[in-house]
Amino acid sequence: MKKNYLATLSTLITAMVITLITLTATAQTKTLKVVAHADVKILDPSFTTAYITRNFGYMVYDMPFGQDEKGVPKPQMVDKYTTSKDGKLWSFTLRPGLKFSDGTDVTSADLVASMQRWTSRDSIGRAMTAISSPEWKAVDAKTFTLTLKEPFGMVLQGMSKPSGFPPIVMPERLAKMPTTAPLTEVIGSGPFIFKRDEWVPGNKLVFVRNPNYVGRAEPPSALAGNKQSKFDRVEWLYLPDANSAVAALKKGEVDWVEQVPPDYIIPLRTDSNVKLGASGSWQGWMVMNQLHPPFNNPKIRQAVLKAVSQERFMAAMGYPLDMRVTNCATYFICGSPNETFAGAEPYRTPDVAKAKLMLSEAGYKGEKVVLLVPSDVTYLNAEGLMAAQTLKNMGMNVDIQTSDWATIGARRAKRDAPEAGGWSMYVTVAGGFDADSPITNAYLSASCGNGLPGWPCDKQLDELRLAWLKENNPTKRKVLLDAFHTRAFEAVPYVNVGQYSPAFALRKEIKGFEKLWGGLPLVWMLDK
Amino acid sequence: MAYLLRRLLATFPVMGVVAVIVFMLIHLSPGDPAALIAGDLATEEDIANLRVVLGLDQPLIQQFYIWLTRLLSGDLGVSIFTQVPVSQLLAQRLEPTLSIAVLTMGLTLILAVPLGTLAAHQAGKWIDRCVMVFSVMAFSLPVFLIGYLLIYTFSIQLNWLPVQGYSRIADGLWPWFLSLVLPCTNLALVYIALVTRMTRATVLEVLQEDYIRTARAKGLGAIPVLMHALRNAAIPIATTIGVGMALLIGGVVVTETVFAIPGVGRLVIDSVQRHDYPVIQSVLLISAGVYVLVNLMIDLSYRFFDPRIQY
Repeated sequence: MKKNYLATLSTLITAMVITLITLTATAQTKTLKVVAHADVKILDPSFTTAYITRNFGYMVYDMPFGQDEKGVPKPQMVDKYTTSKDGKLWSFTLRPGLKFSDGTDVTSADLVASMQRWTSRDSIGRAMTAISSPEWKAVDAKTFTLTLKEPFGMVLQGMSKPSGFPPIVMPERLAKMPTTAPLTEVIGSGPFIFKRDEWVPGNKLVFVRNPNYVGRAEPPSALAGNKQSKFDRVEWLYLPDANSAVAALKKGEVDWVEQVPPDYIIPLRTDSNVKLGASGSWQGWMVMNQLHPPFNNPKIRQAVLKAVSQERFMAAMGYPLDMRVTNCATYFICGSPNETFAGAEPYRTPDVAKAKLMLSEAGYKGEKVVLLVPSDVTYLNAEGLMAAQTLKNMGMNVDIQTSDWATIGARRAKRDAPEAGGWSMYVTVAGGFDADSPITNAYLSASCGNGLPGWPCDKQLDELRLAWLKENNPTKRKVLLDAFHTRAFEAVPYVNVGQYSPAFALRKEIKGFEKLWGGLPLVWMLDK
Repeated sequence: MAYLLRRLLATFPVMGVVAVIVFMLIHLSPGDPAALIAGDLATEEDIANLRVVLGLDQPLIQQFYIWLTRLLSGDLGVSIFTQVPVSQLLAQRLEPTLSIAVLTMGLTLILAVPLGTLAAHQAGKWIDRCVMVFSVMAFSLPVFLIGYLLIYTFSIQLNWLPVQGYSRIADGLWPWFLSLVLPCTNLALVYIALVTRMTRATVLEVLQEDYIRTARAKGLGAIPVLMHALRNAAIPIATTIGVGMALLIGGVVVTETVFAIPGVGRLVIDSVQRHDYPVIQSVLLISAGVYVLVNLMIDLSYRFFDPRIQY
């Protein structure tokens, strides 16, 4: 009897100890819950330029170089690098101990294959191919070289590119897969591991800390430095209803809303439990079909540019005054190192009467403008309706065709005339990284013969872009940049309708938010 | 049994017609998933290559044939966006959807049938009027508005319940129950209103029958009389509840969106917005199958309520 009693007691104590250990372990798991700005559908940042997939890439992959908070490329996976005096031979050595999330070593062969994949996809990589015929080669397990036929001024900018197609590093066997479809296997050497077993597409995506991640000794600075996270687990939630997302933040069920809808910004400023911040710089764009009338005429595109009131567009999209840039007359990003107003002077002040006159002088004959307006994306809908009003104010014959974004996505690829099922104009937005230079901005980097919807083509822009890419002298580069910008205001490849900053919101318990950079969800900057 | 077999066999042509209609409607609507997957900066060449990889370049009839042969072998296909098997996507969504359906209809049954019966018994009196005012309001107010009010009151102000999300049964019964209280209350209000009105109307009609008058004349108490009346009024009530159950299993988009519940409804909407053909086709086909089966069960239940019915 006594034996039974003792046995029961010892079993109970053991059970309690195990429970306590489990509870302690659970309590020690530090989790960050983020309401992501979109749902992750594609897991391959080397396939799509979707921002949510790019952000997914930052979590699980690392890059050879990373840009710091000043936008300067710093070695990341690379330990040391050298370049020859003529700039044609680059040599890179990897940091010791780098491993992929599956435990295998990162070798220079992985870097070479990943860079070859990146070169075939990205705008800087393609420019490098066109100008310098790059040859990536593994010398030994830790060293690889880049040989160029001509010097290329943006090697490090390319190898640290923060957006578009970032140069993520994956195992050689994956990097060599065709680029015609997205990869589904996710193996990187970044700070987190993607938990596929907990992935509920359309609802939740989970990351856990990568035990194989080897951080740098330097403190984190934007996409450079040590990315070791203070969180063991990060959950990206997709909450399609903005009201619920904000309510969840107020109640503390989530820690971070990556993009707060404009109409919630002012109410959230009065909530003492929430901190708001600006999430990078964005621009709204009116994209015109330059194959067919009326926008195949650059004079008519200039007239539209003259009619656009950025203040009205930004007000329609709902951003408060302090989150807009007043009259940002640049094709790049206002406030960035590439900011220039060369050639913009005639268009600094919107003037509908003058625009009407320009339209008449350009020979506009009342051709129908088929404007594609998305109904399912709130800010694009507002931007589209404002575009319609602007064109009507100028006296253009506007045919607004409203549909969902998926339909517009398919329709804008059609080269047909507007009357034959094609289109004349659609609206979109672009983040700062993807607007800020003649090569990262898709519409400014599109040379004649490109396949980009709108099909912009201006031979002078092509020549100036090429000259700017080839030039290594910073002063001469600046002169060429201004010349490019001046020509852009003549050719008008698209119209910038204003610059703004979306807002993010964090719970007050989250520390380090002031170190966030460029509107990117850099989890390793934060702590709770 | 013969009737049951006949009805089950009849589901095959119905499903066949549904399959053809769903496939054609989806594929003939404008929009191109390849353009969406390829992203904003994709060139025509990128999109064309992707269409080949996804098999979207093949003639429609061939795409239908491939889908149908896979379906008949039990393969629902793979999402063209996430590359996750549709069966896995459905399995993830089934637990929240079934949980919502069962709890909502349970709550409806517990509250609506007694309320409707009581209203019929007290027809014209203040209780009846109160029940009818509640029914009209619950049925008329938009679901999302009630959802927001519930969140504001019980989550933000009182801090009793979570705002959003679904907690799996495997993670504990209590968190599971808490995560469903608000969405199920939100949905149940509509169904309670509907079933209460239906119950009141049918019970009221039965209460005016001769045999009820006879029963009362013989001195039978109010409750036994109501029980008799309820059984005879059960067929339309069962039909309403059954159809409601089928609709809930098919997904409730607004409630799932407001409370961020990963159910079948949101899966369908997300897939439609992205033109994710394999997911839309499979989910709609399965929803149609569930609808057909639930209707069959409703028909079979009629014999339980009224043994005079013969098939």
